[in-house]
Amino acid sequence: MTFVNQIINGLHVGSIYALIALGYTMVYGIVKLINFAHGDIIMVGSYTAMVIMTELTGLPLWVGLLIAMLAAMLVCTTFGVVIERVAYKPLRNTQRIAALITAIGVSLLLQNIAQLIFSPNSLPFPVAIRVPPVAIGEMTISFITLLTITVSVLLMLGLQAFVHKTKIGKAMRAVSEDRDAAQLMGINVSTTISVTFAIGSALAAMGAVLYSTAYPIIIPTMGAMPGLKAFIAAVLGGIGVLPGAMLGGFLMGVAESLTNGYISSQWGDAVVFGILIVVLLVKPSGILGRRTSEKV
Amino acid sequence: MLIVKDIQVYYGAIHALHGISFEVQQGEIVTLIGANGAGKSTVLKTISGLLRAKSGDVVYTGKSLRNVDPHNIVKLGLAQVPEGRRIFQQMTVLENLEMGAFIRNDRAEIEAGFEQVFQSFPRLKERRKQLAGTLSGGEQQMLAMGRAMMSKPQLLMLDEPSMGLSPILVNEIFSIIAQVHQSGTTVLLVEQNARMALSIAHRAYVLETGRIVKSGDAKELMDDDAIRKAYLGH
Repeated sequence: MTFVNQIINGLHVGSIYALIALGYTMVYGIVKLINFAHGDIIMVGSYTAMVIMTELTGLPLWVGLLIAMLAAMLVCTTFGVVIERVAYKPLRNTQRIAALITAIGVSLLLQNIAQLIFSPNSLPFPVAIRVPPVAIGEMTISFITLLTITVSVLLMLGLQAFVHKTKIGKAMRAVSEDRDAAQLMGINVSTTISVTFAIGSALAAMGAVLYSTAYPIIIPTMGAMPGLKAFIAAVLGGIGVLPGAMLGGFLMGVAESLTNGYISSQWGDAVVFGILIVVLLVKPSGILGRRTSEKV
Repeated sequence: MLIVKDIQVYYGAIHALHGISFEVQQGEIVTLIGANGAGKSTVLKTISGLLRAKSGDVVYTGKSLRNVDPHNIVKLGLAQVPEGRRIFQQMTVLENLEMGAFIRNDRAEIEAGFEQVFQSFPRLKERRKQLAGTLSGGEQQMLAMGRAMMSKPQLLMLDEPSMGLSPILVNEIFSIIAQVHQSGTTVLLVEQNARMALSIAHRAYVLETGRIVKSGDAKELMDDDAIRKAYLGH
């Protein structure tokens, strides 16, 4: 494996972390909650895609994959919105720790429901893409890697356009910055929060399908690790800042890949969590995080 | 137009408003004056729905606002310029104004709204692409007012528009308030700067520790000895 290959592998896994990190950071930005159930939304997405692809045997596999992606997005979006309405909204005006503990509870609930339905054992994720690697000069890059990076980057560009160009996207930014002032503009805060959870969950669903395509074994607790790493990516980039989550995701992926390649694959996770400790010690607001100052 | 009936408001255990009643007629400029902590901002927040009264009622054009959400109160034609401006610092000037027009959908009308705001505040036009957080304090106050005007309110409520501004800027802001009023908007003005507020208003209410202690014609209050001593400094 050349250095460039390691970097590309890092960008592959990093783009998935980035997609998931966007959900953490958007939700944190708007309700100041670390949504610990976000990782388990990945699991929901993977199981949904797995069920759909196993059921739709008659179709070509890539058509099945496409339908599975859409289904995963739909199911995850529904989960995200319902979880917010049922579990977090009633706690919106209480202490923050209450919602945080609830998020951990929701996470455990989702994992246990999945164990009841699908058993606690791992299941294979159907392999949908059998395309030979693409050769670029001396290098060969797997098709899945190219697809993952392309889809992720397109989704991120789409999200940036959404929050800067559309009315509801701008409302999301307004609510993130000042909820009361946003209400005084006539913005429905509850609707805006629901939209935020919906988008974050849809991105997690895409991340889930791409993740499981690369690592095709799924298990009810599978969301924990990528979820945690994506959370660290969000903190590294600056939680609440969208480009920060993207940057953080890519950096985390590359750091992990280089560690796996040049030190030892046993050190990959250690380096990732080491990054969290360093960020919290050196720059807790993250790379792109900003300290807002008030003008009088 | 607006009737506030005996509202009692609490912040947790703190009793902030002890039965406030007043009204604003269409076409008036009414001011609530009083010292820091008298409860002036609390009154405005209760009217706009950010705070709820424990008892009493707020009635706007015959409709009780008791169970109306803040974002729907705006749609009834009430806009508030909050204390401390509360502009969206990470958004551009133009985006802030767009948020002000959130309840409106007609693109042409919104564009006309921009033009109107830029006419009142030419400085905002120059800076329309800038992040609002980079504006000076005075410009931020102008933006906060422009943003509220974008919803085309029938009743505009302003909370301490003079706060932290130089005397020249205060004069500028108050002349804009007078213009907005002349164009047909009713104004409810909360101010610590009693002299400026009384000079522009038709009627005034004086708030002290959560109670209205005096009310009347603004000119008469300006000549009232007790008011002069307490709020006008001589």
